[in-house]
Amino acid sequence: MKAIWPINVTLAAVMVAGATLASEDGDRERGEQVFRQCASCHEVGEGAKNRVGPHLNGVFGRTAGTIEGVKYSKNMIRMGNDGLIWTDRTLDAYLENPRALVSKTRMSFRGIKDAQERRDVLAYLRVYSDDPSNIPEAEPTARGTDHDLDPAILALKGDPEYGEYLASECQTCHQSSGANDGIPGVSGWPEEDFVVAMHAYKRKLRPHPVMQMMAGRLSDEEIAALAAYFKDLE
Amino acid sequence: MKLNRRIFLGTGAAAAASLSAPTVFAAGSGKPRVVVVGGGAGGATAARYIAKDSKGEIDVMLIEPSREYYTCFFSNLYLGGLKEMDDLGHSYGGLAAGGVNVVHDWAIGVDRDAKTVALASGGSVPYDKLILSPGIDFVDGAVEGWDLSAQNAMPHAYKGGSQTELLKAQLMAMPEGGTFAMVAPPNPYRCPPGPYERVSMVAHYLKANNPTAKIIVADPKSKFSKQALFQEGWADIYGGMIDWIGQDFGGGNVSVDPVAMTLTIDGEANSVDVCNVIPAMKAGHIAELAGVTEGNWAPVNAADMSSKVDADVYVLGDSANQGDMPKSGFSANSQAKVCANAVRGALTGSRVFPAKFSNTCWSLIDTNNGVKVGATYEATDEKIAKVDGFISATGETAELRKTTYEESEGWYAGITADMFGA
Repeated sequence: MKAIWPINVTLAAVMVAGATLASEDGDRERGEQVFRQCASCHEVGEGAKNRVGPHLNGVFGRTAGTIEGVKYSKNMIRMGNDGLIWTDRTLDAYLENPRALVSKTRMSFRGIKDAQERRDVLAYLRVYSDDPSNIPEAEPTARGTDHDLDPAILALKGDPEYGEYLASECQTCHQSSGANDGIPGVSGWPEEDFVVAMHAYKRKLRPHPVMQMMAGRLSDEEIAALAAYFKDLE
Repeated sequence: MKLNRRIFLGTGAAAAASLSAPTVFAAGSGKPRVVVVGGGAGGATAARYIAKDSKGEIDVMLIEPSREYYTCFFSNLYLGGLKEMDDLGHSYGGLAAGGVNVVHDWAIGVDRDAKTVALASGGSVPYDKLILSPGIDFVDGAVEGWDLSAQNAMPHAYKGGSQTELLKAQLMAMPEGGTFAMVAPPNPYRCPPGPYERVSMVAHYLKANNPTAKIIVADPKSKFSKQALFQEGWADIYGGMIDWIGQDFGGGNVSVDPVAMTLTIDGEANSVDVCNVIPAMKAGHIAELAGVTEGNWAPVNAADMSSKVDADVYVLGDSANQGDMPKSGFSANSQAKVCANAVRGALTGSRVFPAKFSNTCWSLIDTNNGVKVGATYEATDEKIAKVDGFISATGETAELRKTTYEESEGWYAGITADMFGA
């Protein structure tokens, strides 16, 4: 079991030279308030048990979908098997828009749009994971990079005709009907979720090697074109 | 056989009436015509996409002798007992419903001057653009002692369907402690990991049903696709059952005797119970008849898959010599979409987008133990060139291998829907 720190251990934001980690410049006390909306499904702290969602002790550094006895979505298990590890940056992305990181996650939560609130709640959860100052090489201290997409990328208007052509490459595996026989459907995805997800693969935030490769060679315009096509595909 | 163009008198009704056999294709629609030869991963995909995307502006005919298509991909899983033959069969009804004129016949010649394709049943069909996707045929004399007349005694099972069923029947009839032999092909050939997935699936079957049996693989290559992954699995799961004899140990110096059922490797005769001979391959014969091959394969331009010898002929999939892509169903499907977009643009002026190609090959080592390799490609002036790639690692967790296998099932459902229409 990982060290459990009392929540009031220190409230000072820890600054790291250069960039800061979301969980380090957050306010743990405010984070505890933010966490109330999570608490109906998730427990954290001493004696925390799984409820609808997994307990969150030691969540930093944990492979997604691996707590015994929790009923995860197929996609969460897949993402875990593909190597999704909960870190500062992946948790931040997941909390911002859960479905954009893990499609069809069972966590029915709209997300926390406010970046400061996410920093706060991550700072609070961090208390119940290994402390970064103890294990500098371990995953929890891995430097996060801001996953927020340049608003100019999100504002790009995609060319759906080009998207249709590009989509033909996706449809070798992702059935246009949206059926999931082992590879999830992507038809009818909200445009913004699609763009965020593809950029997450491109930046290797999402773990799948085929998707990292496929997204890796798509330009911002091409991702926008695909999103514009897939959003209207029934 | 080289067809004499003089036997084709044209496409008008009067000309058709003067032939002893009627032309199949009614002339006179005035629409541009695309004829696709071969209804596999390349041809079916190209026909479907051109018909679907041109919305009736192009007449698309697909010439394919089989009424039911059995995929070669996943046929090893049938050998291993993990799939039924019915799981691998697909009808052409979806393509017909999607506007493709599906003609079950053999294309037996191409007259590139007259731009017609001759059919085995008689007559010929005209084209504006011809897409050849005939898969593979075998190089004559590639394995000493073996020719097509021996394919019942020693099946290749490298085209889907009856040959696969034959090999399975022979595997099931092997005596206790018997020997299953494979003669692996030299590069380049269809589905680089295919022979080794087959060895894995045969071992999977034998381990459960005939555990003292042996497998010998005579291979003219010194290394093969996903070798570390396969050999790790063979050692861990089928320890000692599989003897792979590569080029360095005489694996390329083989002959067979289909009557005596022997496989001679580097001068040493082995008595075998099943002998799966996968000979060296070449482009499907119709590509050679069309005069678009150089050596064993048909060279193509990477940007649109057009033949380097005739701008109105395109060659897809296994038959094409295109550069870096492996010969696979996934590659053929990927190339078909680039080609369909280019052909449509040439015939109707629709927008033509830059070529993008990709491939992923999944292989199964044991139940729920899948691995994969893949890459993306781009068109250069010279060839289809690899951009980026990945491969599964040795020592992966059982969970990841299971996810990879499930993903391959998703891919199978996806590509067959993409080829034949859902």
